[in-house]
Amino acid sequence: MKLNVLVLLLSVLFITSCGNSDKKSNDKAGSADSEKKVFDNPLDDKGIGPVTSLVLPAEIDEALAAKGKEIYKAKCSACHKETERFIGPAPVGIFERRSPEWIMNMILNPEVMVKENEAAKKLLAEYVAPMANQNLTEEEARAVLEYFRTIK
Amino acid sequence: MKTILKSTFILLAFAVIFSSCGKSEKQSDGILASNAAEKVYVKPGELDEYYAFVSGGFSGQLTVYGLPSGRLLKVIPVFSVDAEKGWGFNEETKPMLNTSHGFIPWDDSHHPDISQTVGEVDGRWVFINGNNTPRIAKIDLTTFETTEIIELPNSAGNHSSSFVTENTEYIVAGTRFSVPVPQKDMPIKEYKGNFKGALSFISVEPTHGKMNLEFQILMPGFNYDLAHPGRGNSHGWFFFTTYNTEEANTLLEVNASQNDKDFIAAVNWKKAEEYIKAGKGKKMPTNYAHNVYDEETHMATSTMKKEVLVLDPSELPGLVYFLPTPKSPHGCDVDPSGEYIVGSGKLSANLTVHSFSKMLKAIEGKKFATSLYNIPVINAEDIQAGVVQQAGLGPLHTEFDDKGNAYTTFFITSEVVKWKLGTWDVVDRKPTYYSVGHLMIPGGNSRKPSGKYLLAMNKITKDRYLPTGPEVTQSAQLFDISGEKMELLLDFPTVGEPHYAAGISADKVIKNSKKYYDLSKNKHPYVVKSEAETKVVRNGKEVHVYMTSIRSHFAPDNIEGIKVGDRVYFHVTNLEQDYDVPHGFAIIGANNAELLIMPGQTETLVWEPKQVGVWPFYCSDFCSALHQEMQGYVRVSPANSAIELKWSIGE
Repeated sequence: MKLNVLVLLLSVLFITSCGNSDKKSNDKAGSADSEKKVFDNPLDDKGIGPVTSLVLPAEIDEALAAKGKEIYKAKCSACHKETERFIGPAPVGIFERRSPEWIMNMILNPEVMVKENEAAKKLLAEYVAPMANQNLTEEEARAVLEYFRTIK
Repeated sequence: MKTILKSTFILLAFAVIFSSCGKSEKQSDGILASNAAEKVYVKPGELDEYYAFVSGGFSGQLTVYGLPSGRLLKVIPVFSVDAEKGWGFNEETKPMLNTSHGFIPWDDSHHPDISQTVGEVDGRWVFINGNNTPRIAKIDLTTFETTEIIELPNSAGNHSSSFVTENTEYIVAGTRFSVPVPQKDMPIKEYKGNFKGALSFISVEPTHGKMNLEFQILMPGFNYDLAHPGRGNSHGWFFFTTYNTEEANTLLEVNASQNDKDFIAAVNWKKAEEYIKAGKGKKMPTNYAHNVYDEETHMATSTMKKEVLVLDPSELPGLVYFLPTPKSPHGCDVDPSGEYIVGSGKLSANLTVHSFSKMLKAIEGKKFATSLYNIPVINAEDIQAGVVQQAGLGPLHTEFDDKGNAYTTFFITSEVVKWKLGTWDVVDRKPTYYSVGHLMIPGGNSRKPSGKYLLAMNKITKDRYLPTGPEVTQSAQLFDISGEKMELLLDFPTVGEPHYAAGISADKVIKNSKKYYDLSKNKHPYVVKSEAETKVVRNGKEVHVYMTSIRSHFAPDNIEGIKVGDRVYFHVTNLEQDYDVPHGFAIIGANNAELLIMPGQTETLVWEPKQVGVWPFYCSDFCSALHQEMQGYVRVSPANSAIELKWSIGE
């Protein structure tokens, strides 16, 4: 029985590697790692993308948050309202549900996230509208993240 | 036993997987290498090697194909309105089609040419001429959009255009029809000696590409048919074929075919610059439109220019020489070295090749046969480099490869003939289907042509495709020219009649291709950069809707207080900042077209509701799984209604 599983797994591996040699991969970094992973604690899920480790300082950087608010207004508010569900989910209380890395990666790498990260896939199924890539820089996404910390 | 069986199965399975994997790789460079289908097959998901910019002929547009696959990638609207893209229908692009004759919704586009740096195509811009109402357009290859159109005064039938000098100093455009200059009311019969042919030199600012009509040379009243720039040693010269040197004004079919030889006019544009510096140019009052699209305001403006600098070659020695060329020459092509100028006498069976260095010698020795309108005519035998004898019937155009070969199309005998520069021997010939006009080798009009593909463009297809009623498509045919013999690889249909094309290695273009417009740089006067700023403003009977679109809703999507007789401007900003997410905007009863708004762009559609009711609008470009939900309503009340303006989303 175990052997059968092994056969299947190996075959899948070969077939995928075979396929990959034919096409240029569009995926950004880290896709293999958290693929198919379901986390017991969603805060352990760092998502897939450029941000692998991010520790938030205890103090909120108000200047950064203010900058983030401006960016949020221009690039996110068409689909996200701060405290209520709109086209997408509301960012209020997001740090209780997601790790800072996951949030950053969802902003920076949404195409891969909604395809390969289980939590993001669930969100897509629930909201149907895919998270749009608004091409924020990592710095801009970090500012938006800081703004999220101020939303009550 | 079971374990052994399983192991065998595993081994077998792997063997199958491995061999199938290997096979697919072998095929691409193995036994089928000479197969035409294999050579043009670009695997799904892979990219073509070359861009081909093919003239849209009487569609007035420019088409973009990938080679070798022949896949149509884009139809770029240039001189004709295009409802699909709102070109000429939205408020922003209407000024692009303005001329001294007013708004013109159509033209006949002919000869695309790519900008060059040091004699090589650089992939920054494509230029193309409007033949009917003479204009030159510039297409920016970062956006694949037409960003500038300049009208040409004193010109008519803008055919010997739009060819680029080797550092894109000038785009050169010659008139096919000579006309009174300036235009005036006079008897047609007094053509001879009174009409003029204007050759226009348009400069291109090297960083931004802004065009300016620098000067025109007012030539005798011949027909200026085609042209090409000198390069290398002949850089600084431009060559134009002429016909109707008889200056006939009727039944040209007979009357313009009397002279045994017409001319290639050799124009020394560096000399023209010297004369202008010396103050020998004359400022002439005129009227022409110069239309520029600004990528930051996302709007075009049209400016009427009132003056042009003209040079008279009969008064300015050394500016122009005539090179006698047999029988109404059509194509005028210069080889990659710049030494050979090929004139294709379309009523002659031979191809005449002039030598640039011999031409210079004859000019130095002041050895001229005669002069016409005070322009020296050089002896044909003094400048002859060679003749390609009896190569075919009806020679039209020549392009060159990287191995010293030339390829000429023959219209009457429907073939492409390969011949050798220097020996003038015919090397190979291949039939085309049918009646080939132009041909194109990527980089063929430069110092460095590619030696891989040749595209022949045909006027007639008859039985080559499924019939589609009386009108059948024109077509292009791709040849492999990497070997000694040419090999036909592919037929594909084209949009309109393909007069010439320009090709370039894709890697020179891909790296500059824009993915979206930066919303933060959008300076459109009616832009809104977030939904919070959206609004509706009334100004008398004019109503301006400041609207946004993002997957998948418009804001606002409910509007009330519009009245019959209003002129409603929908200024829609696409808030998306991602590649390949345009939104459309369409509203019932609009007497124009849709908007197709690129990410970060603002476009404006005018709507004049004529009926009371509640009328929907929607996104016409599938944008997401909720695209069908991307819609809204406008309430239109009677003209005398007191309903207040009101707008909302999500209420």
